[in-house]
Parts: sequence; structure tokens; C-alpha cells
Amino acid sequence: MHLRRVNPFKEILRPLGQLLIFIVGSAAVISAITLLIALLLRSTRTDIDILQVTLVLLPQVLIDGITLGFMYAIIAMGYTMVYGVLEFINFAHGEFVMFGAFAGVELLIWLNAQGVLKTADLWLALIWIILAVLVGMTISGTLAVTTERLAYRPLRGSPRLVPLIAAIGVSFLLQDTMRFLQSAINGDFYRTFPEFGPFAQRLTLFTIDMNGRPINIAIQYKAIMLIAFGVVMLVALNYLVNATRLGKAIRSVAQDQKTAALMGIDVNRIIALTFLIGGALGGAAGVLWAFRFTRVDPYMGFIPGLKAFTAAVLGGIGSIVGAMLGGMVLGLLESFSAAYFSIFSRGAFGAEYKDIFAFGILILVLIFRPQGLLGGKTTQKA
Amino acid sequence: MSVHATSTNRFLRIFSGPFGALLALLYAIGVTYILTQDPRSLLGRLLLFSALALIYFIPQRPAVKFLLGAVIVLTVVPTIGLRNPFLLEIGFQVAVFATLALGLNVVVGFAGLLDLGYIAFFAVGAYLWAFFGSQQIWHINEAPGTFTVYPYFPFPAWWFWLFIPLGILASAGTGILLGFPVLRLRGDYLAIVTLGFGEVIRVLANNLDKPINLTNGPQGITPIQRPPLPAFLTTPELLATLSQWAGRPINANDIYGFFFYFFGLLILGVTIVIARRLDRSKLGRSWTAIREDDVAAVAMGVPLRRTKLTAFAIGAAFSGAMGVLYAANRTFVSPETFSLTASISILVMVILGGLGSIPGVVMGAAVVTLLNIDILQSLSLQLSSLRQGPDSIPLLGIPWRELPTQLDPARYQRFFFGLLLILMMIFRPEGMVPAERARLELHEGDAEPIPDAELEGDITPDEKLAD
Repeated sequence: MHLRRVNPFKEILRPLGQLLIFIVGSAAVISAITLLIALLLRSTRTDIDILQVTLVLLPQVLIDGITLGFMYAIIAMGYTMVYGVLEFINFAHGEFVMFGAFAGVELLIWLNAQGVLKTADLWLALIWIILAVLVGMTISGTLAVTTERLAYRPLRGSPRLVPLIAAIGVSFLLQDTMRFLQSAINGDFYRTFPEFGPFAQRLTLFTIDMNGRPINIAIQYKAIMLIAFGVVMLVALNYLVNATRLGKAIRSVAQDQKTAALMGIDVNRIIALTFLIGGALGGAAGVLWAFRFTRVDPYMGFIPGLKAFTAAVLGGIGSIVGAMLGGMVLGLLESFSAAYFSIFSRGAFGAEYKDIFAFGILILVLIFRPQGLLGGKTTQKA
Repeated sequence: MSVHATSTNRFLRIFSGPFGALLALLYAIGVTYILTQDPRSLLGRLLLFSALALIYFIPQRPAVKFLLGAVIVLTVVPTIGLRNPFLLEIGFQVAVFATLALGLNVVVGFAGLLDLGYIAFFAVGAYLWAFFGSQQIWHINEAPGTFTVYPYFPFPAWWFWLFIPLGILASAGTGILLGFPVLRLRGDYLAIVTLGFGEVIRVLANNLDKPINLTNGPQGITPIQRPPLPAFLTTPELLATLSQWAGRPINANDIYGFFFYFFGLLILGVTIVIARRLDRSKLGRSWTAIREDDVAAVAMGVPLRRTKLTAFAIGAAFSGAMGVLYAANRTFVSPETFSLTASISILVMVILGGLGSIPGVVMGAAVVTLLNIDILQSLSLQLSSLRQGPDSIPLLGIPWRELPTQLDPARYQRFFFGLLLILMMIFRPEGMVPAERARLELHEGDAEPIPDAELEGDITPDEKLAD
């Protein structure tokens, strides 16, 4: 790789542009497919106008999908960075997400008990959330580095299945460790995100007239915040990896560990830092996940982790841009299948099948395009 | 299995020769005595298991070891089981999970394909008999929980015997079905896809109560028929005699306990024989070849697709028969049984025992099953009895009563499995009773002298320390 001068401004604008293209592009494609299906099914239904129902739901489904997509994208970064550097699927990444979520929620519950949260207005509430996110990032980042040091580093250089199995072990161990901690301290193992601030309020974007019925297209403050957090984090990570010295070191270790070491890069330190960054992003995603879905429990990280891994594979594992695209596509697909599958099948199949959708996509991608949507050459090595 | 005298350590050497065989027998008799005095003692059960493990390790001729083991499994366990049916239950569960672990061992240990959704094949077998052996076929148009249970069934109970081979076929078919799309995947990608597949099967079992009610959703299917017992096993005279021996009334239900124990052992025995034969067959060598280096294997003329597919199909087939048997034993199946934790617990059995090592895998299955349904449960019982008492926790000074029920050790299976997996991977990736090839491969760089190849999977505490 030749040395090039980095234009910091460009390094911020480029990922922003990519994100915009990914969001608009995948949203447009998936909406078009859904509307087409609705149009085809229209003649079979006499009780309701299926096209109209689809259209009315569409904005909310899109917003849900995009917020979900950002969370998947942020979690997928952790997988993709570790995979890029070590070629190893960190199975326990979902548990880093869970630990971050608990750390953030515990902080907010404590603050709530102090009575600080009740009086918070929008900006103050925002600061508390940012603080919770930072705490979640710290805890998860520390946990990720510790895990790497204790469980993964001794196994570097073993046959491939060995660290993978250890990672499954770490995942199980962390789940029950959190369960134990929560049970011992609180007597129960799940916690709820405290309600505060005006996040549930909606900002009306515009009103459309549907057969004389006005329909408000509104977006929750919560969703706006989730999207803003997502944008900031993805752009910051892109900047870190593409425009800083550390990022260059990470990229060189990902390319060739031995050569990187010969060039004077401390490979162990860079791997630990990669885990730190990935874990911290996971922790942030965990707090945001708790913010969005309210309930946290020790097993909450597993399925999002799996989905985020799917997103990383979908986009091309090892590629950061790919993880953004994969997360967005997966979030939208999940949101769409949860909302429309039941309507289109007349309630025969419920929203529960959204998981099957996600895994089905994973299997299809791996069969037909194992390098992912944006991956160049094949990344799957023996 | 021949044993090399030099590789045996001093402790086990006591058990060599006719005197040693007698000593082992005495140990077994001693354990049996403890169990007859207190059939419910956990210590007794653990000692019984240790006697079986000891018999495996001692330097005796295979015929002697086999005889000693058979005496314990076929006479001691049922005799004690007359007084404490729980022992038979444990024996049955060990047989079930050992068979599953052997099936997974074909896929992971022999062929090197990490399958994290293995329990799905078990689910296929179990749900097959659950559907046809219960009244579910009459309820496919009704929502769960809305229908009445009849005293009769659509199909006779002896169909169970037909469904054992059908379960094998169905599971093998599912294995091939999963195998086809993932043929091109290797290593960790394969692991994730099989995990997804396992989840898909569980989600389907959870949700196929509509549009037509095939699985009865999360409530599960019950009652499921058990196979009919031959009449001579349930004659009043026999039951009376057994009751006299046991010192408690024995009814047909207890006979079922014996039936499932022995039938489970039979299937396990057949599975062990098949797995051993497979390991030494041409197919087994092909599996080893693709596990070690599939490119080289293909270059040597190993048909990659067929070899991988047979691994999936045969591995799945092992669990199909057990699925049918398990459904009949429980008379109830629900999606909960087939969670990811179950898949991983089977993986723990294989890894703990030793990837690719048949005796290791059986032993791993026994250890994990004992941990799961006996040791942790006993601890939980102890804890709950302490919780009812007035005492305090030593050192902490908190009354046991105030300990949250969420801290029940039986709820922390994942903790122990996770810890076991990590520790095994770091300190002993080849398992307790490693397969010869795995030990050589995982300790390539070690300076340790390589033990005689005749050992074939035997490991002694000496080598354990050297590792």
C-alpha cells in the first residue's frame, strides 16, 4: 500500500455519502418489492385494500428498519474488524453488546433512583444517554480486551475450530456470569430501561391525505437519536480506520501479521486495540438496543449478534463499508418481514418468521456469493 | 484394545493381572454395597460411574474389561434401579446423549465439519413420533389448548417399532437437506449456518401451530404413546416378585423404566459398533482426509460432495432413532428441549471426551449428563432445603432464606459448559480420552515423546500430567 495524503474532510464525507446511498438504495428496493407484492395480491383480497394498508404502514416500517439497520451495522463492525485482523468469528461479540447494555441501564437506573432523570428536558436527557453509552462502551471495551487476553490469545495459531469453540464457551460463560451478578444483586436477572425525557414524543414530518383521511407521517425523537448515534459512530469508525495512524496499523495487521510485525508494528497491541474498538462499538449498540427495546436480559445479545454477523457476511466480512450495507439491508428486511409477512399471508404466518428470513438470507448469500455483496475476492479461507 | 505396559502409570498398574481384575471387581462390589445401603446417595452414583471409568482405564484384556463393565451396566444398575428408579433414568439419559454425541462426533470429530445445530436432527426424530404417536393428527385444524384429549390414539402403539427406522430415515434426509447447501462452506461459516439451521428448526417447531397445527406450538405435543410391553413382562406374578425384592410396589410404569434403559443401551451399543466400524472403513479414512486437507483429499480422488453428505446423513441418522425413543420415553415433546444450549451441550460432550475418540465421547456424554441432571440438580435441592432452614451462609452472615431463588445452580448449565469449553480448548483441546491422531496433531510442537501407536486412544494420568 502506497502512502497517500489523507484529506480528513473527505474521510468524513465519503462514509456519509455511502451511508446515504445504502439507506436510500436498499429502502427503495425493498419498498418497491413489497409494493409489487401488495399490488399482485390486491385482487385476491376483498375485505381490505391491501395496497393502501401497505402504504400507510410503510413510513413507520422504514424508520424502524433503518434504526434497526444502524444497530446491526454497529454490532457488525465488531465482527468484521476482528475477522479482518484474526480471521476468526468472535462468537462472544453479542455478549459484549449485552454487557454494555446492562452497564448503561444500571447507570440510568441508579441516576433515576437519585431523582436526576425525572426533571431532565430533551438536552439534559440526551446528555444522560450519551453518558450511558460511554459507560457501556468502556465496560464492553474492557471486557473485550480481557477476553482476548485470557481466552483468545493463548489459542492463536491453533487449528481453526479451537478458538471458535472457545468463543462459544466465552459467550455461554458471559451470559450466565451476568445472570449470576444480576440475580445476586437484584434478585432477578432482567432490567428495564428507565423511562425519562421526551423521547417517546413524535415529530410530525408531513401529513398525507388518504381518501379523505389525514395520515400523519411522524418520527419519534427516539428514532432520530438512534439514527444520529449510528451515523456518528459509523463515521467516526471509518475515520479511525481510514485516516489515522492506528487505522493504518490495523489495516496492515489485517493484511499480513508477519510483515506488519517486521515493519515495527506491535501486532499484539493492535489486535487488543481492535478488540477494544469492536467491543466498545458493541457496548454502545447494546445501550442503544436497550433504549430502543427497553428490556435487557443476559441472553439478549445472542440473536442480535447472530443477525449482525449475518449482516457482516452479507456485506462481505472484513469490509467495514460492507458491514454498513449489510446491516442496513438486514434491518430493513427484518422490519419489512415482521410487518408485512402476516398481512400478506392473512395471518397464517406471524412476525416470528423474521428470524427464519434472516438466516435464510445468510444461507443464500453464503451459497451464491460467499464473498458478500461488496467483497472483492473470496474471503473464506480454510 | 491392547495396552502397552510401559505407558501405564503406577496407580493403574495395581489393576493388572488376575489379581487386578479381582481388585476392580471388589471396588465395583464395594460401590454396589454403598448403593444398596442408600440407593439415593449421589456419592454412590458418582462412585458407580467412577468404577465404570476405572474399568475402562485399567490394564486388562478387553474381554475382561468388557465383562466387568457389562456386569455393572446389566446387573448392578437394574438391581439398584429397582429401589431407586432415578438411576435407570440417568442411565437412559446417558445412553440417549452418548448416542447423540457419537452422531455429532461423526460430523465434527471424523469429518471435521463443525455443526452447531445438531439437536435439530434429534428434534426431527422426536417430532416425527410425537406427531404420529399422539392424537395431534386429529387436531391439525384446532388451535393449541382448545381440544380435548381422548383415551384412544389414531395409530396403534406398536407402530413405534416402525418409526425407529423411519426416524433414522427422516433425520438422515434432513441431514442431506442441510448438507447440500452448505457443501461449499468450511470451518466457521459452516458453524454459523448450522447454528442458524438449528434455530430455524426450533422456530418452526414453535410456530407451526398455524396455519395448520402440526407441532402444537410452544405448548408441545402430549400425550405420546409408549411402545406396548410384551405381556410376560407385566404379569401380576412378576410384578409381585419384583415388588418383594425392591421393598416397594412395582407397577407397569417401573417396567417401562427398565425397558427404556435397556433399549437405550441397545441402541447405544449398536451405535458404538457402527461408529467403530465406520472409523476404520474406507469412508472413515475419506472423512479423515477431508478433515485434514480437503484439497489434497480431492486430489487423491476422494469424492468431496459425497463424503461430506454421508457424514451429515450418518451423523444425523444416529440421533433420529434416539429422537423417536426419547419422545416415547417423555410422552411429551416441546421446542424447549431443542434449544441451542442443547446443541452446545452435545458439543461439550464431544470436546470434553475427545474429538474423534469413541470411548472419549461416550465418557464425555456420561460426565456432562451426570453434571446436568444429577449433580447440579442435587446441589439445587440441597440449596432449597438450606433455604427453608434457619441457618446463615458461613462467612457472609446472610440467612440462606434470603438467597434469591434465581441463584439455583441448576439454572447455570451454560456457565459450566462455557467454562468447560474454554478450559478444554486452552489446556487440553484433544479431550479426556483423545483420539490418537488428534493428540499428535494438537501437540505437534511439543517435545514430549510420542506414545506407542498401539494405544489407540488410551490415555493415562502420566500423559495427562505431561500435557
